[in-house]
Amino acid sequence: MTRSRVSANLGRMADFYDNFLDESHRLLRTSCRRFAEAEIRPHVHDWEEAGIFPRELYTKAAAAGVLGVGFPEELGGSGGGALHQLMSLEGLMRGTSTGVAAGLGSLGIALPALVQSGDHGLAERFVRPALRGEKIACLGITEPGTGSDVAGVATRARREGDHYVVNGAKLFITSGVRADFMTVLARTGDDPHGGLTFFVLEKEMPGVTVSRSLKKTGWWASDTAELAFSDVRVPVENRVGPEGSGFKTLMRNFQTERLALAAYGVATAEIALEESMRYVRERKAFGRPIAGFQVTRHKLADMATQLLAAKTLTYQVATRMDRGEYVVKEVSAAKNLAAEVALAVTYEAVQLHGGMGYMRETVVERLARDARLLPIGGGTQEVMKEIIAKSMGF
Amino acid sequence: MKILVAFKRVIDPDARIKLTADKTAVDTESVEYKANPFCENALEEALRLKEEHDGEVVLVSLGGEDITQTIRAGLAMGADRAVRVEIEDKALDSDLAARIFAAVYKEEEDVDLFIFGKQAVDGDNNQVGQLTAQYLGLPQACFASEVEVDEDAGEATVTREVDGGLETLAVKLPAVITADLRLNTPRYAKLPDIMKARKKEIEELDLDDLEIEDTALKIEVVSLEEPPKRKGGEIVGSVDALVEKLKNEARAL
Repeated sequence: MTRSRVSANLGRMADFYDNFLDESHRLLRTSCRRFAEAEIRPHVHDWEEAGIFPRELYTKAAAAGVLGVGFPEELGGSGGGALHQLMSLEGLMRGTSTGVAAGLGSLGIALPALVQSGDHGLAERFVRPALRGEKIACLGITEPGTGSDVAGVATRARREGDHYVVNGAKLFITSGVRADFMTVLARTGDDPHGGLTFFVLEKEMPGVTVSRSLKKTGWWASDTAELAFSDVRVPVENRVGPEGSGFKTLMRNFQTERLALAAYGVATAEIALEESMRYVRERKAFGRPIAGFQVTRHKLADMATQLLAAKTLTYQVATRMDRGEYVVKEVSAAKNLAAEVALAVTYEAVQLHGGMGYMRETVVERLARDARLLPIGGGTQEVMKEIIAKSMGF
Repeated sequence: MKILVAFKRVIDPDARIKLTADKTAVDTESVEYKANPFCENALEEALRLKEEHDGEVVLVSLGGEDITQTIRAGLAMGADRAVRVEIEDKALDSDLAARIFAAVYKEEEDVDLFIFGKQAVDGDNNQVGQLTAQYLGLPQACFASEVEVDEDAGEATVTREVDGGLETLAVKLPAVITADLRLNTPRYAKLPDIMKARKKEIEELDLDDLEIEDTALKIEVVSLEEPPKRKGGEIVGSVDALVEKLKNEARAL
């Protein structure tokens, strides 16, 4: 596989975003990108085909300071805000596999509830080891019977003395197959929202089983599980925050997750565009490089325009989040736009690659498959639209 | 220990480059820059030695204000401070660079080691470390693949890669060492260190601030040529045809 050699051509466009960034953002992006190019990219094809990446990648990423961006330094994180997180995700995506990025990044959705609870015990037992890359974390919200409508969560936790007894199932859990612990949303009361509470379930607890390792359209290198909980006895100290605090915590963390998915979308489109720019200069048809055809150049122009819009909005939203502004409408819009752009740009990238674009050895083939999840995961496109419409007064 | 590290910015070696119209330089209009990989090895080794022996790591860079971002990247890796000598890239050759490095060395006091990358991947000259050692009258150990320092003995043991094997040298400190790629794997800059690097000092010097007797350039780039375009491959029909072509066209047999 040839290395992408076109970064210089997008170089000036990259400067365009520098209004949003200071030196710390640029240095972090370079550092994370270097990590991805050295530690992920050379192996990514094998890992994708194997459906898993080596566990050591977690500790390597932790040692390189890639895992802890956005988490407090006091707990072993790297500090930094939303834009810094954006930089680390963009950098990691340079491995060219959303699955690897999302698998490494599953702590990004699993840990915030624990951190926000302020619980010292949870921080020591779970947050620190996960940020060191020693324990793998996952988040369990979706169930066989409920997805976007969180009020439908049916997994139950019944108090029995100093334990809770948990029964239920969770579906589509990123990193769930080999996670050492799971941040699980369960029902402790009947109120649709007020009756929800987070618990940390551990792999070794009797009654926790991985019922299935799921085969997916894309994100092959990340393991995805269906989990079953049968009379799992969970000590009270594994409860995250007070009973009934689950829904509020969840709402608070949705924004970060949506921003992360927007970041995947932007990075996907950017890499697909760069790969296409390289390919159309090399590939010849009718005696000249296909870059010589107007239809090709116009495709590239459309792809660049869409990328420009999605990336600008995403960076703008992250900047606003770092200022502490309430941007639930805008982050939902960024997630939707980035997802749509990722789909559109990867579609055209595959088209420009022709037959090669349909081959599994080609980067854009993977990106196109991986992108299909973006309008589904982390809140569907339709749910994002409901949020946007609601905030417009409808 | 006090360690100086020469730290150079180069055009991204993986980027496609163009020559200027007069063909004496690379067109820098839209290129991206990186730290020279060998300089990163030099810095990494300095940081490891500092972790082992305590002390200070000082970056020394030559260039205009726009190399500050590369210097910050080095500070984010863990160097303590930096010295930037203001000079245009095209006003430099290896000899003047070495004279400037030697002058900075004399300004800084009690230096134990001056570590360079074995060469910069842009000019590939591979002589600045050696020249600096010469101008300072210091022992040199170039192309290091392993470095150990015995502070009490005032000595460094350097394994260097030579044709067909390894050579081990003991050099008295202070000394000049140049780093090869296999010396180490440079660390990634982490966000907390990136934040700390913002506050680290970059001292700025002009040539006039330094005592350099001879600032004349010894080398003039007359012209640069792009490598010849590769011709497309050809599929031949038989082994005989292949042998014939290897013999008569490629003259490889």
